[in-house]
Amino acid sequence: MRGLPPVLITAIVLVAGFALCAVQFPNIASTRVVGNLLTDNAFLGIVAIGMTFVIISGGIDLSVGSVIGFTTVFVALAIERWGVPPLVAFVAVLALSAAFGAAMGAVIHVFDLPPFIVTLAGMFLARGASFLLSTESVPITAPIYSTVSDFALRLPGGGRLTAIAIIMLVIVLGGALLLHLTRFGANVYALGGSRSTASLMGVAVGKMTVKIYMLSSLLAGIAGIVFSFYTSAGYSLSAVGVELDTIAAVVIGGTLLTGGQGSVIGTFLGVLIQGLIQTYINFDGTLSSWWTKIATGVLLFAFIALQQGLVALARRPVARSAGAAS
Amino acid sequence: MTALLPRRGLAQILALIVILAVDRAVSPQFFDLRLQDGRLFGSLIDVLNRGTPVALLSLGMVLVIATRGIDLSVGAVMAISGAIAASLADSHGLPIVLAAALGAGLLCGLWNGFLVSVLGMQPIVATLILMVAGRGIAQLITEGRIVTFSSPDLVWLGNGAVLGVPVPVAIALGMLILTGAVVRGSALGLLIEATGGNARASELAGVGTRAMIMAVYVWCSICAALAGVIAAADIMGADANNAGLWLELDAILAVVIGGTSLFGGRFSLVLAVLGALIIQTMNTGILLSGYPPEFNLLVKAVVVLAVLLLQSPKLSGFGSIVARLRRTKA
Repeated sequence: MRGLPPVLITAIVLVAGFALCAVQFPNIASTRVVGNLLTDNAFLGIVAIGMTFVIISGGIDLSVGSVIGFTTVFVALAIERWGVPPLVAFVAVLALSAAFGAAMGAVIHVFDLPPFIVTLAGMFLARGASFLLSTESVPITAPIYSTVSDFALRLPGGGRLTAIAIIMLVIVLGGALLLHLTRFGANVYALGGSRSTASLMGVAVGKMTVKIYMLSSLLAGIAGIVFSFYTSAGYSLSAVGVELDTIAAVVIGGTLLTGGQGSVIGTFLGVLIQGLIQTYINFDGTLSSWWTKIATGVLLFAFIALQQGLVALARRPVARSAGAAS
Repeated sequence: MTALLPRRGLAQILALIVILAVDRAVSPQFFDLRLQDGRLFGSLIDVLNRGTPVALLSLGMVLVIATRGIDLSVGAVMAISGAIAASLADSHGLPIVLAAALGAGLLCGLWNGFLVSVLGMQPIVATLILMVAGRGIAQLITEGRIVTFSSPDLVWLGNGAVLGVPVPVAIALGMLILTGAVVRGSALGLLIEATGGNARASELAGVGTRAMIMAVYVWCSICAALAGVIAAADIMGADANNAGLWLELDAILAVVIGGTSLFGGRFSLVLAVLGALIIQTMNTGILLSGYPPEFNLLVKAVVVLAVLLLQSPKLSGFGSIVARLRRTKA
């Protein structure tokens, strides 16, 4: 058990789950279904990559769902009401979200506050701001939207790899390279291991905190744009509760919620597992959608309990009784 | 640090008075009360009545936060207990309905407490599980429908009156007195604060920290279950999707406004309830002033930030100056 990294367990769960689904519904094992799986979960995958960085660094970002909601409304209004060219609107909204994340990171570091509560305030703020912009769903009719929605790579077997799925895959790849191969990524792990140690080792903790939350909000902004492509509309209530799905995906992907351990690939697999549960429920037809929540909860519990066991095993020789030190 | 009205509550009381004054300015009849059919009516009563669920949640949440924990699942527990109460209301008597709903709350609390104190999970993670799965369970109970009921007993719990006071308000007051008597009338409150201050040191000093942690999560879920029953009784139905949605955040906010530190180690029940009332007074004020309710979120965000900055360890120098000023005034 000890030699088995959590990512491998996630991969085994995904493959086994997929095999089970395919046995019951042979149609699931087609590029068509897999392509849809990637498209439907594109925004979740993108935002989960940002969350992975935050959680590995020992923080949490509850504001991502609201940032997605804000982005969709802002983009829709900018293009449809204010007559801004779509690409300019995208750049503007990404700059806004990045600045928003940087501000949260700065507050967390400068005032030494728990990330949980600061990003909670950020969640209220972003959702409130999107309500102020518009409480109605604003349809987007710009030509670029139909171009992007129509674009797809044909896969053998009739499947379609849509543009937003490709964006997601590129970001997963980029995130993995950033986390595992660069100095920035190494610093993220160092921060999650121990802030004070990281600081003594010469990591600029403040700058890193700001950058990590900036990255998370920036990716949430991109996820918002992708979400607006997906629905062709901007709505202030979109992506409510996505922060929970995202955290669940990251944890199922084997990232330690206490920070210091985890991987982008694991998160990607976690997103796919959640998508698979949803697909299975759609195929079954008799199961209701709330089973998704229960199944996700059960998986969450299983993975956290597993992590807890692994951590306990690793610590055993040093301290036998960790006690209730939570 | 006295049991019921600590001196550090001055800021919260002043804040409430200021908000009440603003409410009075936007709505001149804000303080009007009238007695009709043996029940008081008026904006003030409305604030108390609507503030009840969050006040109940904050009563449990404040104890959890005092142990350095957090309970994200209270909204989901409200949905579960509301669903159970609504499904049983028309076929069973009130005692059975209440026992079943609160029993479900007890089970949820035992689950959270088990994860945190026995398995040693981080509280935010442990309660996230029930937060995600709980709403699914609630929908399982209601079979995805909005369950309505007409049992007069349960409706009375949400809309009745005792001596002119709405029943929910009376229940919340009763729970406040009960909780206060238990934790401050005995050493329990001190032991909870010790657990939050330094769990390991307390354990070595002989405090049963595991039992303390278990107990606060159980109490928090029972309070949430009660709030869920009241919320269901209020609308005469249970909506598993929306009952108690985001109320966990309001409850945490109420506790933070009440001056309880998120770093654990000290708490005040009365101020947490006062925090809940401050939130509700703001909400009602925004509604009365004719602004769209969407402003609520923005106002809340600003309030959270302001309170956080005051609590920040980095600004504690400022805090101690304020405390010194207050002491010289008193």
